[in-house]
Amino acid sequence: MPEVRAEMVANVWKVVAAEGDHVDDGDTLVILESMKMEIPVLVEGSGAVTKLHVAEGDVVQEGDLIATIG
Amino acid sequence: MLESVLVANRGEIARRVIRTARRMGIRAVAVYSDADADLPYVSEADQAVHIGPAQPARSYLDAAALLAAAAKTGAAAVHPGYGFLAENADFAAQVIAAGLIWVGPSPDAIEQMGDKIRARNLMEKAGVPVSPGTREPVTDVATAVLEAERVGYPVMVKAAAGGGGIGMGAAADEAGLRAAFETARSRAERFFGSPEILLERFVAHARHVEVQILGLADGRVLALGERDCSVQRRHQKVAEETPSPGVSAALRERMLAAAVQAGEAVGYRGAGTVECLVDADSGSFVFLEMNTRLQVEHPVTELVTGIDLVEQQFRIAAGDPPSFDPASVSPAGHAIELRVYAEDPVRFLPGPGTITEWEEPAGAGVRVDAGYEAGNTVTPFYDPLLAKLCVHGADREQALDRARAAVAAFRITGPKTNLAFHADLLTSTEFVAGDYDTSLVSKLRPK
Repeated sequence: MPEVRAEMVANVWKVVAAEGDHVDDGDTLVILESMKMEIPVLVEGSGAVTKLHVAEGDVVQEGDLIATIG
Repeated sequence: MLESVLVANRGEIARRVIRTARRMGIRAVAVYSDADADLPYVSEADQAVHIGPAQPARSYLDAAALLAAAAKTGAAAVHPGYGFLAENADFAAQVIAAGLIWVGPSPDAIEQMGDKIRARNLMEKAGVPVSPGTREPVTDVATAVLEAERVGYPVMVKAAAGGGGIGMGAAADEAGLRAAFETARSRAERFFGSPEILLERFVAHARHVEVQILGLADGRVLALGERDCSVQRRHQKVAEETPSPGVSAALRERMLAAAVQAGEAVGYRGAGTVECLVDADSGSFVFLEMNTRLQVEHPVTELVTGIDLVEQQFRIAAGDPPSFDPASVSPAGHAIELRVYAEDPVRFLPGPGTITEWEEPAGAGVRVDAGYEAGNTVTPFYDPLLAKLCVHGADREQALDRARAAVAAFRITGPKTNLAFHADLLTSTEFVAGDYDTSLVSKLRPK
């Protein structure tokens, strides 16, 4: 099951996808914000969002799980 | 002479302002959020006040918290640095209403220049060249399409109340404009609280060149030379130099005269910067915007003129004359500033982290304005600027040599840094030749 992880320490600014959504390659899952920059986290591959591990306002560390795609 | 000053900022600029304040015998008060308690600027100030949590809105952007800190410490003045509330006319007015001295231009000058559309209109009236663009705010896409046709493609789409390149985008045709407009409008609302958009004719081979001005206490406005800021990623500056390799003596004379006119048009007091675009092909220039504060890259001007700009800000705020003779300013040599950002050197994505090793370069002609030291944590809450590595040389070649050596000697472990990008920049054919425009970074780092 592919996992999407944070590439850097950041705040979760917007959660775009919802659990159960079908997502395709290149779709935006969440938008992180770090150091005054917005960083969209994109889907690689396709499938359903089985679990979202973050909520808006959360702080994620590098390597933290953002979503699981089934 | 001011007795004391509260520095309403953080990191390298707070440290830099505090350094001059203390040298002048002005009591320096720092403010800090939860995230910044152990940064050097906090311990180097005479006093430090905790103002809130890490989120900027609840600390460095919280006017009430800042004014309470000033009252508590009996600070006589407020220096805003750059960013945060530096160009907020309301905050400047609140500082003045509280009986304090605002180290900056009048709230009226900030307001006139803060709105990019008003500023353009005002400059046009004052005889400063501006590029074709919208004279009224654009808030809907249909109007944007009509206006873009009148202005002529390609156009640049910007937030009227914006800055820092946030939400800015170029469009070559109507489809591109529709996309750029949506991006600009959503960013404008989120970051600047206003959806108003400005369209301007896009200059393809442009150098971004700005002029440092200083409005004296007696009302005279001086121009202290230009800075070339064409090395940009995501419309944000990465390296600056003075003099600009792309500006001839004749063009410099015209640009400096126009910058003085711009300052005089708003009765400008203190340090400010008139940003222009220079068309590398035709050698003409247009007004872009005015920054009513100290600029990040002010050290390069200081290095070639020998003038401490923060000292002049304090003197002007106190109603005193400058420390130098305005008639005998003669810039000498060449200076380069490299912004050391906490970001990877290839894609320029943020890379905060805890600093385990921090060793600054030193030597002839090297100046480092740093916000951090070993043991500090770079958090995701603020901009990625770690330090400004500045060098001065007798000529551009010597400045380049010193810059290359200094970049190689700068050791930072922990956060990601763009030092490897600077090493590439300083050996790139274009930068070495001085033959570059705002597209340089995308050429060095093609996607």
